[in-house]
Amino acid sequence: MQAKQSINDFVIKFANVNGTGSASANSMFAKAIFRMGIPVSPRNIFPSNIQGMPTWYEVRVSQDGYLGRRGGIDIMVCVNPQSIKRDVAEVEAGGYFIYDSTKPLDLRLVREDVNYIGIPFTDICLREYTDARQRLLFKNVIYVGALSALMNIDFNVLKDLVADQFKGKEKLITPNIYALELGYQYASTHFDCPIGIHLERGHRVAKHIEDFDNILMDGNTAAALGAVYAGATVAAWYPITPSTSVVDAFDKYCRRLRIDPGTGKKNYAIIQAEDELSALGMVIGANWNGARAFTATSGPGVSLMSEFLGLAYFAEVPTVLIDVQRAGPSTGMPTRTQQSDVLMAAYASHGDTKHVLLFPATPAECFSMTVEAFDLADRLQTPILIMSDLDLGMNEWMSPPLEFDDNFRYDRGKVLSAADLDEMEERFGRYKDVDGDGITYRTYPGVHPEKGAYFTRGTSRDEYAAYTEDGAEYVRNMDRLLKKFETAKAIVPEPKIKQSEMETRHGVVFFGTTASPAYEAIEILEKEGIDLDTMRIRAFPFNLDVEQFIREHDRIFVIEQNRDGQMRRLMLNETSANAKEKLIPILEYDGLPVTARKIAGMIRNYITHGNVTPLTRRASAEEETA
Amino acid sequence: MTYVKPAFRHPDAPTNELGRTRQDYEGGLSTLCAGCGHDSISAAIIDACFELNIEPHKVAKLSGIGCSSKTPAYFLSGSHSFNSVHGRMPSVATGANLANRDLIYIGISGDGDTASIGLGQFAHVVRRNLNMTYIVENNGCYGLTKGQDSATMDTGSPNKKGDINMYSPIDLARLAIEIGATFVGRSFSGDKQQLIPLIKAAISHRGFALLDVVSPCVTFNNHSESTKSYEYVRGANTGMPVDFVPMRQEITATYDSGATCEVCMHDGSVVRLYKQDNDYDIEDRQSALEATSHYAKEGKILTGLLYIQRDSEELHDVLGTARRPLNSMNEQQLCPGSRFLDSINAGLR
Repeated sequence: MQAKQSINDFVIKFANVNGTGSASANSMFAKAIFRMGIPVSPRNIFPSNIQGMPTWYEVRVSQDGYLGRRGGIDIMVCVNPQSIKRDVAEVEAGGYFIYDSTKPLDLRLVREDVNYIGIPFTDICLREYTDARQRLLFKNVIYVGALSALMNIDFNVLKDLVADQFKGKEKLITPNIYALELGYQYASTHFDCPIGIHLERGHRVAKHIEDFDNILMDGNTAAALGAVYAGATVAAWYPITPSTSVVDAFDKYCRRLRIDPGTGKKNYAIIQAEDELSALGMVIGANWNGARAFTATSGPGVSLMSEFLGLAYFAEVPTVLIDVQRAGPSTGMPTRTQQSDVLMAAYASHGDTKHVLLFPATPAECFSMTVEAFDLADRLQTPILIMSDLDLGMNEWMSPPLEFDDNFRYDRGKVLSAADLDEMEERFGRYKDVDGDGITYRTYPGVHPEKGAYFTRGTSRDEYAAYTEDGAEYVRNMDRLLKKFETAKAIVPEPKIKQSEMETRHGVVFFGTTASPAYEAIEILEKEGIDLDTMRIRAFPFNLDVEQFIREHDRIFVIEQNRDGQMRRLMLNETSANAKEKLIPILEYDGLPVTARKIAGMIRNYITHGNVTPLTRRASAEEETA
Repeated sequence: MTYVKPAFRHPDAPTNELGRTRQDYEGGLSTLCAGCGHDSISAAIIDACFELNIEPHKVAKLSGIGCSSKTPAYFLSGSHSFNSVHGRMPSVATGANLANRDLIYIGISGDGDTASIGLGQFAHVVRRNLNMTYIVENNGCYGLTKGQDSATMDTGSPNKKGDINMYSPIDLARLAIEIGATFVGRSFSGDKQQLIPLIKAAISHRGFALLDVVSPCVTFNNHSESTKSYEYVRGANTGMPVDFVPMRQEITATYDSGATCEVCMHDGSVVRLYKQDNDYDIEDRQSALEATSHYAKEGKILTGLLYIQRDSEELHDVLGTARRPLNSMNEQQLCPGSRFLDSINAGLR
């Protein structure tokens, strides 16, 4: 049998039991590769459970710097007998299966076309440790040590990582390094190291990662830092996977950065609300009163918040909501990713509403777009929804470093101060469109003893915020809100458009985490002679660039991770282009991040056979492309 | 009913210490039914704020949805106001208070808004001891949708159609005492003498102050058999008279110490309560719960200051937030700058 040979380009997957401490060992493995200067993208595929269920960690190593999922597994590290049958089946021909050889492998699990590497992890742990907890925890470190020998991971890098991990708990450094050595020794004395698939430092410069100045971080932490930098002082939230770590990280950084050195008091407030409704209510109350406030949630939370989103839209209160999307509907698959809140978010609430959406694709964008979201919310006096997802929010991504311009000043939008009110000759009208851009002036409560007070309400009102049921007044107000939405088009992030080297009438549209595998798929197809222009949408409302891209192409594949082609529908709904026939949905919604191979397969199928592969046939189609 | 509010005011109208007349504390003309109890409560709020020398712009008024929640339009037109969504006023008030702890927060709600759709938010704003005055204008029915029973309607009380309510009522004052409220009063919109000092005390209280005010609905729930009618409540009301002596004012009245108690508020003001019962300790939750249930068993409604906990920690104390309002901070206080970001980046390599 031919064993696969590859340097710095493969997919390795770890099959673990959750709650056994595997996550930190796996993360150390990925970070070691990252520190060796080799592009890597790890992903947790975890259950909605605390202990005892199968969990996986898939690591893509790509010298070209592709960070999306490729599809297929080259090396499986099996530490969980529960899932061993399906784990063996997943390995590609010529790949490796690393398993615990303390007990002999069931012969039914032996495949002719896979290389088996048995290491008696349990035996080693039984021999070395007496404590049951230690036996469980160190098993993870031992397999990382073994992989270090098998795959040529720089052992010193691992040692540094252990030292970093246990900073402040130095007692734990030596036993962890010892466990790494146990694995390393066993593998290097029993096997021909390195195996065919392995790593080499600085083998080739990644073409997609210009200089290797990248950082490795998750999107939720980046978004939380964005909120800190944007000057958010109030966070109200309700715990929900996969968004919880946003407020956890906000709390962590605020404890470091927002304590007044003189008084020890907090320049921020975080409230864990009783539910998502209340969380958004608090955010709206705080923003109404002039503080910058935000919440982070996921689809089920946005459903509950819809009522308040309608209020914030209609009463024109700035609001920032970070939606870390997961697989719905209802409770759906709480620990799986999707991009299926797009339509709900765009039109959340009853009545005629439209909301501004931002679509970050990297941790750096989670940071910068969150900073930007607070300015947009204040400028537009409306909810801004940052549409992240589980894959981006909870996994570590290589990303350009976070950047912040110290000259940047917060734009609080049209807010009248006491002096402004004193200078005004005309009567203050909270909902009067003085500038003709649909955005009106507001005041903070308590600003002036005599002027500027108004009545904020979710009921229809006139320009002076007085209740009215006059149809003409109502229409004037609703039309002004539309005008404001037009104004938004010019100030939200523009799409990123890339022209193919060869002229083409075919295009591809995607957004958020679909971008990484999509760019890779485009290159796969380019080599086959299929040329495609690409547009990564970064915001809704769509600006004119989006309309133009649709008009300039005859066929446009819209790639997204949901069943109903929600972005495609939004494009049909919200652009003037007559595009129903030319927008072809390319959809993946099994809850795992879409792979480059699947995208390439579906587009290829459409171009060569005129159809997108039906879901039931997709698995076999993927094998064809492998 | 008049449709235009007269603009004329007597030139010698009395002024308060700020030089403002009572008119300065009024709002727009009420659109509620003539005789609605809610209008009496609005008037009591106006009197209380006028007499407390509160600057109107230092007050933020918040409400949910319903007849009661419309009333912030009818008092303190110089204050900002937020008429939010049904049952959600507590969360909006919480956010607003977090943003600026220097304003006075007055929340107006009804029994539908608080005891049904908003019961969850109500319970949690009580738990958090948010520094606000929360007035429930309690009429036992949904006025704005024409008279359906609410959750505070007493068992056995008939509605206007004659249907008898068979569900158990929620007593918001007792619930609030049970789950940790630090100021709970009950009153009657028809008893201005008691209501005005109670509102003053509630505003002066540092922490969450609930006033459950029975406020008859003249259109849908004022028939004599209803336990929320003027007639019934006048008969059943066992009022404990309340005096409010603002801070710095000398206490001159004498009183019989047995049935009277005085509570010194956080700001130095004093609330004096003339109790019906010597054994009742208004600083003891159990005593307050026993007193209210004792009177309820006798078909009476005990009104007055039912419970107070002095010197509690309000939400800002619990959170440890800065004395300076969060909404007044700028980049200098809030933004860590690029150098810190560099160190973050370095830690992620």
